[in-house]
Amino acid sequence: MMQLDNLYQEVILDHYKNPQNKKLESDNDAQVHHINPSCGDEVTLGVKLEGEKILSVNWDGVGCSISQSSTSIMSDLLIGKSLEEAAVISESFLQLMQSKGSQDGDETVLEDAVALAGVSKYPARIKCALLGWMAFKDASVQALSKKTN
Amino acid sequence: MSFDPLVIRRDFPIFSRTIRDGKRLVYLDSGATSQKPQQVIDAEVDFYRLHNAAVHRGAHQLAEEATDIYEGARDIVAEFIGADRDEVVFTKSATESLNLIAYAMGNAPLGNRFHLSPGDGIVVTEMEHHANLIPWQQLAARTGAALSWFEVNQDGRLDLSNIESIITENTKVVSLTHQSNVLGTINPLKEIINRAHQVGAVVILDACQSVPHMKIDVKELDIDFLVFSGHKAVGPTGIGVFWGRAELLEALPPFLTGGSMIENVTMTGATWAPAPRKFEAGVPNMAQAAGLAAAIHYLQEIGMDSIHAHELKLTQYLLDKFADLAPLKIVGPKTIEARGGSISFTFGDIHPHDLGQFLDSQGIAVRTGHHCAWPLNRKMGVPATTRASLYLYNTIEDCDALVAGILDAKKYFG
Ligand SMILES: Cc1ncc(COP(=O)(O)O)c(C=O)c1O
Repeated sequence: MMQLDNLYQEVILDHYKNPQNKKLESDNDAQVHHINPSCGDEVTLGVKLEGEKILSVNWDGVGCSISQSSTSIMSDLLIGKSLEEAAVISESFLQLMQSKGSQDGDETVLEDAVALAGVSKYPARIKCALLGWMAFKDASVQALSKKTN
Repeated sequence: MSFDPLVIRRDFPIFSRTIRDGKRLVYLDSGATSQKPQQVIDAEVDFYRLHNAAVHRGAHQLAEEATDIYEGARDIVAEFIGADRDEVVFTKSATESLNLIAYAMGNAPLGNRFHLSPGDGIVVTEMEHHANLIPWQQLAARTGAALSWFEVNQDGRLDLSNIESIITENTKVVSLTHQSNVLGTINPLKEIINRAHQVGAVVILDACQSVPHMKIDVKELDIDFLVFSGHKAVGPTGIGVFWGRAELLEALPPFLTGGSMIENVTMTGATWAPAPRKFEAGVPNMAQAAGLAAAIHYLQEIGMDSIHAHELKLTQYLLDKFADLAPLKIVGPKTIEARGGSISFTFGDIHPHDLGQFLDSQGIAVRTGHHCAWPLNRKMGVPATTRASLYLYNTIEDCDALVAGILDAKKYFG
């Protein structure tokens, strides 16, 4: 069971049971819908910006504990950050996911998201963990281009 | 010979390895692909080691031997499904077989019986694997034909109440699965085939989930085309079968063109060899055909009826266990009648992906997700399910391991 506990950290199951920011708002600057075609997990995610600052990340979705908790953790982490900071955090998370279990993740950057480090040992689950992050990337680019147009 | 899965398991080398730190492999994913007995592995290896040459081409002994093996495999498949040998076409998979039919129909010129145009109809069902849905969506889009389908009810059975308005005088093609890869449902073919033939439509049977598990006779079924994949029937990957009635294969234009499928070629045109060669362009998957022949021989030695009876016994056992395993909900028929050994289910709040991961940690291999039948999942109101699928090498012990694993998962995620 050791291996599996590594994957299903307490933090992950907590976020799965009590997801944060899981309520779509009606006045988002951009909203996207992302699907994991291999398993059907879905996330709808909205972003609100104030200049370069992330005012809100709100979402809804269905899926496994990994995809849903990862989205929840990410939303907590990114709200209040600048887009530049968010890009650094996202890049760090992506690297962690691609590390095949060789990294623990930088807690000063990733905070609770380091709990997902165990996912990197299960290739089939990496897409689950990245679903919300990819949705955020997409939504923030759309929100920014809308604001600057 | 009496049927003993423990003896059968000894033929499958994979069962001598362990999973996730020394656990016994409980393989419940044969619906996706089956494991292979040594006899099949040997047949494929022996082809390469001893007989390898391009079939139908060389003027030498190896080419003769390779051709004998390849054409011998065709005889074995034909005998297995009750067909004539020239009606059996080798492809790389069921997916290719279905695309072959759809593209060949798309190539049919005006006046050919397979020609489709706006006003014509193609009929499928809501429980099709994507492989038997998307080729028809695409063909409909290319030809202007209309795609319609039988719906699935909440028991996981086809709703045939409106059969006369779904299969109409305009219907040219009816393509459906024999047994659902998700629900396990075995479809009532007679009524559908009768109606289809009444209006002059051809019936294509996706037998991916039936040919490996029960005795199939294409003439008895009275269908027109049939497809299946070798790899779900203890055979190799890379080999599939497309069977069609001789007179239909004669009328059907080719799909892939190139070497080996021609009668005569000039710089401006070509004529086709008769079936099956017309549909087998290029050097085929010869070693895989040899492997498929060995697979069929293996299944026949054990006996399709014994295999089917064994699977039904295990299916009944699991259905009974699952009935008492709240909050487990079976997605598909809850009784054994007209169903096979593919059982999909949900388990309360535990997402199938998480359940599958937990079971994997116990050495139990199941499939999770939408099983390449996304529209069916939507219809059944479940974004994803967990599926256990049974085969000849599974045991009661495997079923018990699954039930115990599900109970442990309940505690773990509790
Ligand atoms: C009912 C059904 N049809 C078609 C297919 C496609 O088979 P293959 O992927 O071997 O081409 C499958 C296998 O997944 C199946 O279960």
